[in-house]
Amino acid sequence: MSASALIRSSAAVMAAKLASGEITSVELVQAHLDRIAEVDGGERGIHAFLHVNAEEALAVAADVDARRAASEELHELAGVPIAIKDLIVTKGQPTTAASKILEGWMSPYDATVIKKIRAARMPMLGKTNLDEFAMGSSTEHSAYGITRNPWDLDRIPGGSGGGSAAAVAAFEAPLALGTDTGGSIRQPGAVTGTVGVKPTYGAVSRYGAIAMASSLDQIGPVSRTVLDAALLQEVIGGHDPLDSTSLTDPSTGLADAARLGNVAGMKIGVVKELHGEGFQAGVENRFNESLDLLREAGAEIVEVSCPNFKYALGAYYLIMPSEASSNLAKFDGVRFGNRTLPTDAPLTIERVMAATRAAGFGDEVKRRIILGTYALSAGYYDAYYGSAQRVRTLVQRDFEAAFAQVDVLISPTTPTTAFKLGEKIDDPLSMYLLDIATIPANLAGIPGLTLPGGLADEDGLPVGIQLLAPAREDARVYRVGAVLESLLETKWGGPILDQAPALASTADEATAKIAAEEAN
Amino acid sequence: MAAINRDDVAHLAQLAHIEMSDEELESMATELAVIVDAVKSVSEAAGADVPATSHPIPLTNVMREDVVGHVLTVEEALSGAPDAADGRFKVPAILEES
Repeated sequence: MSASALIRSSAAVMAAKLASGEITSVELVQAHLDRIAEVDGGERGIHAFLHVNAEEALAVAADVDARRAASEELHELAGVPIAIKDLIVTKGQPTTAASKILEGWMSPYDATVIKKIRAARMPMLGKTNLDEFAMGSSTEHSAYGITRNPWDLDRIPGGSGGGSAAAVAAFEAPLALGTDTGGSIRQPGAVTGTVGVKPTYGAVSRYGAIAMASSLDQIGPVSRTVLDAALLQEVIGGHDPLDSTSLTDPSTGLADAARLGNVAGMKIGVVKELHGEGFQAGVENRFNESLDLLREAGAEIVEVSCPNFKYALGAYYLIMPSEASSNLAKFDGVRFGNRTLPTDAPLTIERVMAATRAAGFGDEVKRRIILGTYALSAGYYDAYYGSAQRVRTLVQRDFEAAFAQVDVLISPTTPTTAFKLGEKIDDPLSMYLLDIATIPANLAGIPGLTLPGGLADEDGLPVGIQLLAPAREDARVYRVGAVLESLLETKWGGPILDQAPALASTADEATAKIAAEEAN
Repeated sequence: MAAINRDDVAHLAQLAHIEMSDEELESMATELAVIVDAVKSVSEAAGADVPATSHPIPLTNVMREDVVGHVLTVEEALSGAPDAADGRFKVPAILEES
């Protein structure tokens, strides 16, 4: 198999080829590093990566190959490379959260999910781009430049995890880790034609994920197939005493659910409030097509209503900034991160802190900190944060009532396909509306999966289909997701990414740029 | 609920320890007014009889064994500090000298 065909395989196929000895992990990692060198750099490159971890990835790969040659028992995904969203702390690689305030910061410890990736011996290709501190829906709020959508280089890859989704869509990595606070795994998955899962809150440890909103944040898998996401969630999930919100449930049965292959007799609910008005026509068409396929496969499709979802976006934009303003208080230029001195005396700690945060944070981060400080301030707390927490209860009750009638819920993942870079950067509110269908799952802590549902008629761009299940029933979204994926791929004659345009090599341009920088 | 104005933003920026120029205060006040207006329906959505939810999956009394766990060495803890001396974080003046 050629290197270019190899990198288009699923992680499960790569794992099988490694196990059978058809390929080595060093070859596999090198093929991905070559692909990164070919398409990630330069002015028109994808720019999914903020840091490439070539040396360590190749060393881990060589070690896996040696162990396999010695017939050692290895994890199923041993030797399969992975990219890491740069919000998750890693020893030996910088962690920046795409913020100037953490430029060049080296974490003295590994996140729990990173320890698990190391234990499974999966080579880490590097750290991927995101909106600063995961605040955004387009990856345009990164302090280190934009990431481009492989389907159309002038469009956003979604956010905040645009780097992880674009890396997987551009075959720079078969797998990646993301984090999802209001849709940051699922929305980029939808607009790049890839798969992403937000597990049940607490199913995957958050220890070592730089916190934005602690009651909403969740680490999860990014991949090109449903089975690959299930395999990765099994690696990273499970109880962690270092995260007090971690669940004790074992992280098993997900890949089995993805391999089950039937939905006959299942009841699937269409959320009335999560399609129709405000959703692009091409998104609606692909969504209805998926419903037809599931119906033909023997599932019963019923409509359910979640009347309080109309308040979910408002509640989210009070809870999230409130928690973020508190979590980001630690970036004060004392214990870690960069310090900026004010231009005039006196150099007191208060003034140094204010200058540090002014220079280190971008506009969107400042906006959310100020909004959160406002929502939490005396006199407003009850009206804002208190009300938002009560709405959260109403959203949970809506889900409880819905799941009393059906096994899973289904909706489009996003109201529109990917918009053009720069189109919404000056209009925060219209950017926030992109997360309308993904936010309820975070408020309720339930699992959500997005998979490609085809291309919108009007622009030929990917549409995402979202599946939701009750808390701790992650297996259900994998079961239904894998069936729908297989039905759709039969219809298309192959994976959706086969229809994505070929990427031109930007390697020469990128090399020239590095040479020019070195010459200076 | 009161609209958010430039003076409010200046006060909030001070509470949040973020230095802001006049221009930033102006644009932030305009943007926040739009956002606050969009989220205000939340305060009318749920009556006082609805309990608040702080965490999606309630857990209580999460304890760990009372043993020394994961700790950083002094060197590791100081490795990312902007300034350190004698094995400690070094901070600028706490008080303004008169």
